[in-house]
Amino acid sequence: MSYLSWSIEEATRVLTPLKNVQGPVLIALQAIQERFGYVHDDAVALIAETFNVSRADVHGVLTYYHDLRTTPSPDRCIQICVAEACQSVGSRDLVAAVEKKLGKKIDQTYSDVEIKSAYCFGNCALGPAAMVDGQLIGRASVEKVTA
Amino acid sequence: MSTIIYVPSDSAAISIGADQVAALIAQEAIKRSLDVTIIRNGTRGALWLETLVEVVTPQGRIAYGPVQPEDVSSLYESDFLLGGAHPLALGATDEIAWFAGQDRVTYKRVGIIDPLSLQDYESHGGLVGLRKAITQSGSEIVAEVTASGLRGRGGAGFPAGIKWKTVLDTQADQKYVCCNADEGDSGTFADRILIEADPFTLIEGMTIAAVAVGATEGFVYLRSEYPTAITRLRDAIEIAKSAGVLGSSVLGSAHAFNLEVRVGAGSYVCGEETAMLESLEGKRGVVRSKPPLPAIAGLFGKPTIINNVITLASVPAILADGAAAYAARGTGRSLGTQVFQLAGNIARGGIIETAFGITLETLVKTFGGGTLSGKPLRAIQIGGPLGAYFNSSQLNVSMDYESLAAAGGMLGHGGVVLFDDNVDLAQQAKFAMEFCALESCGKCTPCRLGSTRGAETIEKIISGVDVPANKLLLLDLCEVMTDGSLCAMGGLTPLPVKSAMNNFPEDFTGGAKK
Ligand SMILES: Cc1cc2nc3c(=O)[nH]c(=O)nc-3n(C[C@H](O)[C@H](O)[C@H](O)COP(=O)(O)O)c2cc1C
Ligand code: SF4
Ligand code: FES
Repeated sequence: MSYLSWSIEEATRVLTPLKNVQGPVLIALQAIQERFGYVHDDAVALIAETFNVSRADVHGVLTYYHDLRTTPSPDRCIQICVAEACQSVGSRDLVAAVEKKLGKKIDQTYSDVEIKSAYCFGNCALGPAAMVDGQLIGRASVEKVTA
Repeated sequence: MSTIIYVPSDSAAISIGADQVAALIAQEAIKRSLDVTIIRNGTRGALWLETLVEVVTPQGRIAYGPVQPEDVSSLYESDFLLGGAHPLALGATDEIAWFAGQDRVTYKRVGIIDPLSLQDYESHGGLVGLRKAITQSGSEIVAEVTASGLRGRGGAGFPAGIKWKTVLDTQADQKYVCCNADEGDSGTFADRILIEADPFTLIEGMTIAAVAVGATEGFVYLRSEYPTAITRLRDAIEIAKSAGVLGSSVLGSAHAFNLEVRVGAGSYVCGEETAMLESLEGKRGVVRSKPPLPAIAGLFGKPTIINNVITLASVPAILADGAAAYAARGTGRSLGTQVFQLAGNIARGGIIETAFGITLETLVKTFGGGTLSGKPLRAIQIGGPLGAYFNSSQLNVSMDYESLAAAGGMLGHGGVVLFDDNVDLAQQAKFAMEFCALESCGKCTPCRLGSTRGAETIEKIISGVDVPANKLLLLDLCEVMTDGSLCAMGGLTPLPVKSAMNNFPEDFTGGAKK
């Protein structure tokens, strides 16, 4: 996935079409993240100003949702489902093996590759499931998710 | 003449190679100068047979599966375009026992049609229900839905008709229909598959709901983990708009209905209906206290129907075929069909739609074929992360709302997850508490703090520290969570924990298994 680097001008362009949305804060944060890969500090003030809400409100929403991040997205993101159905077919072992192979810890921030826990992709009959850069992988293995 | 070949575009099928299979079928056809038309249908629900390739022959649709990319050239060599013999040949799709044993009502078009062809949709019975609805009064539609006995498929099982009646009877300048497509439960994918395979059915169901209660705006709250479903539904909404199904005049009637997809942001508790409303309003997904009921003061304070995808997608068939036909299925107060999802460590996983009242044993053995690993089946979790764990001596339970409750569990969204004898139920109980701690909206102390304490306490039991005392403490904690939580997140997390303790006491004796 390719993202633009943060700029207020581009962020303003992202937010402009959302001006008429009822209850815009979450959508605005999602749109910013979609464009830049994360929510830059300055986006909070910009969203607050654009939609006439308090910074505290925007910040509250930003910190509530697991999807939203405040550090730049890594080059590569490996999400591994660690929910029950995938546990039953070895997702715990898969996580350990991927951590070992990449020398990274799950749910830590890195700039090159991140391994993140996910809770269900709706692929529970073909688990373990993973998503690599937005691509769903069934019957996931170390080889498949690090290929 | 061109031969029609169906290759699913379902995200689960794609996750194991359906796109490559489709591309190779197309390439090989060109190489062999054969005329084929590939239609990307949704999955028919037999995920264990994916990629399931179907060829349309004079004898009907003939199935091959599970097809791997490397099988494609041998399929051509076996004349699969004419239904030729091949090790992966399964015969007529409809006659495969796994499908023939089902009763597809809500899912009747799933996997059969091209998901984005409105023409295909209509030629398979689509829009019949909505066309009927626009000639009826709101109370007639609501009466039909009530008479069908349809209950919410999102988890709580509340009668849909009663909810709709409240919205109908509440006067307001604006009403909404919100579809809960957050489908956060592990082991469930019925909403996803329906949206990917037959999105117009959901659109039709929501439009009928809107027409019934006088709502003009609708939202589908769809989880971000489902990118394919998001795109598919948005495309379908555009098509429905251009065709006049949605918009200022629904099928030429005086009813207006506009529909929009809103994407979730990775919060499980946002599947709780009032947290979903908060999230739709752009706020933190914190659960609201009830009253007021969302049916009276819901989205932006207006009367709002909130239903699960499968609840809404069941409505077109109810209107088209009549409430009586729907209510003739099922048992007791669990009427109609349930779209069960077989998942986890299972040989033949996927969608089983059948009348309520099938036994768990039939589901997991006859349909599911037991565990994937071939090792003994040890535990079954029914109803998602807030559902109970059953052991293998409890397989005779009837799968309906009341029987499952009587057996100490719940149906939830109909997910059935199998575990073989590798499972450690103390670990599963600990996970239930950890998940609650992670996803708690934070509004009530028993849920927010109790879950963390619960996970710690189970860890102590696992490590053999003061086992009897810690088990008592855990039961106390469970009681506090059950009694002192505002919503089912904190209120039902004790269900997997206590059922694990009751049904697998040997896993709670200290001394870690592995
Ligand atoms: C923690 C929690 C998560 C829930 N998640 C979902 C969900 O993902 N999808 C859903 O339809 N209902 C979910 N529900 C149930 C909803 O609150 C609500 O009962 C349902 O959407 C109503 O629709 P129905 O009557 O058609 O089932 C959840 C409830 C709780 C407490
Ligand atoms: S039980 Fe948990 S999730 Fe539900 S309202 Fe209370 S704190 Fe929030
Ligand atoms: S539990 Fe892993 S995809 Fe559903």
